[in-house]
Amino acid sequence: MQQETDKTGYFGSFGGRYVPETLIHALEELEEAYERYKGDPEFVRELEVLARDFVGRATPFMLAERLTKKWGGANVWFKREDLAHTGAHKINNALGQILLADRMGKSRVIAETGAGQHGVATATVAALYGKECVVYMGEEDTRRQAPNVLRMKLLGAEVRPVTSGSGTLKAALNEAIRDWVTNVEDTHYIIGTVAGPAPYPRIVRDLQAVIGRETEAQAQERLGGDPDAIVACVGGGSNAIGIFHQFVGREGVRLVGVEAAGHGLESGEHGASLTGGAPGVLHGSLSYVLQTADGQIREAHSISAGLDYPSVGPEHAYLKDEGLVEYVSVTDEDALKAFVECSRLEGIIPALESAHAISYAEGLAKELGPGKNMVINMSGRGDKDIGVVAEHVGIDAKEAEEASGDQ
Amino acid sequence: MISPAEGLRAAFTEGRTALIPYLTAGYPSLEGAYEVGEAYIEAGADVVEIGVPFSDPLADGPTIQNTANRALENGADLGYCFELASRFSGRVPVVLLVYYNNVFARGAERFLAESAEAGVSGLVIPDLPIDEAVAFRKMAGEKGVAICPLVAPTTTEARLDKVAEAASGFVYCVSVSGVTGAREKLPQGAVDLLGRVRAKVSVPVALGFGISTAEAAVEAAEAGAEGVIVGSKLMQIVADGGPEAAGAWLRELRAALSGGAGV
Repeated sequence: MQQETDKTGYFGSFGGRYVPETLIHALEELEEAYERYKGDPEFVRELEVLARDFVGRATPFMLAERLTKKWGGANVWFKREDLAHTGAHKINNALGQILLADRMGKSRVIAETGAGQHGVATATVAALYGKECVVYMGEEDTRRQAPNVLRMKLLGAEVRPVTSGSGTLKAALNEAIRDWVTNVEDTHYIIGTVAGPAPYPRIVRDLQAVIGRETEAQAQERLGGDPDAIVACVGGGSNAIGIFHQFVGREGVRLVGVEAAGHGLESGEHGASLTGGAPGVLHGSLSYVLQTADGQIREAHSISAGLDYPSVGPEHAYLKDEGLVEYVSVTDEDALKAFVECSRLEGIIPALESAHAISYAEGLAKELGPGKNMVINMSGRGDKDIGVVAEHVGIDAKEAEEASGDQ
Repeated sequence: MISPAEGLRAAFTEGRTALIPYLTAGYPSLEGAYEVGEAYIEAGADVVEIGVPFSDPLADGPTIQNTANRALENGADLGYCFELASRFSGRVPVVLLVYYNNVFARGAERFLAESAEAGVSGLVIPDLPIDEAVAFRKMAGEKGVAICPLVAPTTTEARLDKVAEAASGFVYCVSVSGVTGAREKLPQGAVDLLGRVRAKVSVPVALGFGISTAEAAVEAAEAGAEGVIVGSKLMQIVADGGPEAAGAWLRELRAALSGGAGV
């Protein structure tokens, strides 16, 4: 496939390994370990058994009937990653990486987290494998996502709040990388998304690609063929790459990545690196980045902590430039409306991240029209977000109804 | 006429350990950074390393992060950094410590042209390992700007060979697996690394990250460092006592190095 990375870790002109020299050896070691184990039958079997018994895969493929009816367009299908253990797709990657860390003889794992979902996933697999676990989380995010902080602590992880910068995901990544530089001998860094230096974007993609493989098989069984469109939210971009990978370049399947437009692209306060940024280097790879003319990284903004990141995985940069995936954006306000609408019509409280995809999907469903099939990657559950949503639209039923528009 | 890169190598003279103090451009203020550099030169700096402040300095510990944040608040943009460099470069070789995105955003060619124009001798780019941006290094060579690659205790022999090939200024040995920041003692790994690097490369070898006492600097010199880079410690002193205090401390370090090592 043309989107495969080559040996040097590039996707077209994006990717690479822009990190301090201290880490190069660890990245080479990781690459070697991954090459060695990804086809190893024992490794593959261990991952498959845990994916089934611990995570609960395959996740369901569900027809969202009331949304389909309300929107009056294409059939709306949910790929239910929110039903995976720990409540999001993040566990797919964390599980694969803890297996690698274990085989590499690392006794300690670290992670960064925004919404807390990746932190919880990492703390979970660390508990399962008896590893010491430290999670870096922006201080602002520890406040926005307090329940996830509690979950991580219950699982035995140490949560270190990061106060530098705006105290969000970008700062958490900086601190995680600094920790790794310092403790590289005994520590594996379980990065949570398809960003970072090579080989991470490829490893994380491969571990998340199970979403797309399942979707393909389930669509074959339920629809008798491929869906007409797949929509996923994009922060760093792991759930989107996960569901897209199997379908990239396939005729008749539109792939749409939805970024966070925050207060609107024109406000400058958003998390839309692909639709509102420019090529640059952050956290080890060359990709699209939100930055000033001098190359200082700007703070991102999104109501959803998981999309509050000023860059994006380098493979997305490549897919955008090649025109293989369409990238669009949705504002905080529209995501909130979709959050409430999905909760009320489908009995599923989506993650605020996923709500961005749902919001865009409404227009796309109408555009595609009845009889077509559109899949939304329901990347995570929204229990963690109810505090934030309550702050914005209130938990009062009447207010919620207003926020979701006429029903 | 010698190129700035050649001038940089000439700053490392036989039998004398080059003193390479670091300052963050724009810290403690736009004009204050100039005073810091003047104090360094007066105290006998052989090379001045100017840090271009970056929003996300991955290789730096809290001390230098804080100076970078302040510098950015003070309005230290790239134009200012080059201007600052040009104020020193006639008297002492200047190297810029710059994260790659600042180079990339400016455009590599323009960045190098502006560096050359400001009399910058060399570039230290902590997040640009030798395998990346091969074309950039070639371009730098054409402009007469040296590249000073970093090596770390974790760098393998095979990579040291590549560094030996790529280095055109000095090799920057990172004394410890970690970020910048003052440390009490010179780590054992640093001594081993200096030995490994000196056996491979022909350009001068300098040691940095965590050197904060005269004893550690002398120890580094005895272990074969031809230059010592001091950053966080000096930035702390600037924060607490201003440029004069930094200059005074540096003079003591110079005296210790001249008396105790390099013979």
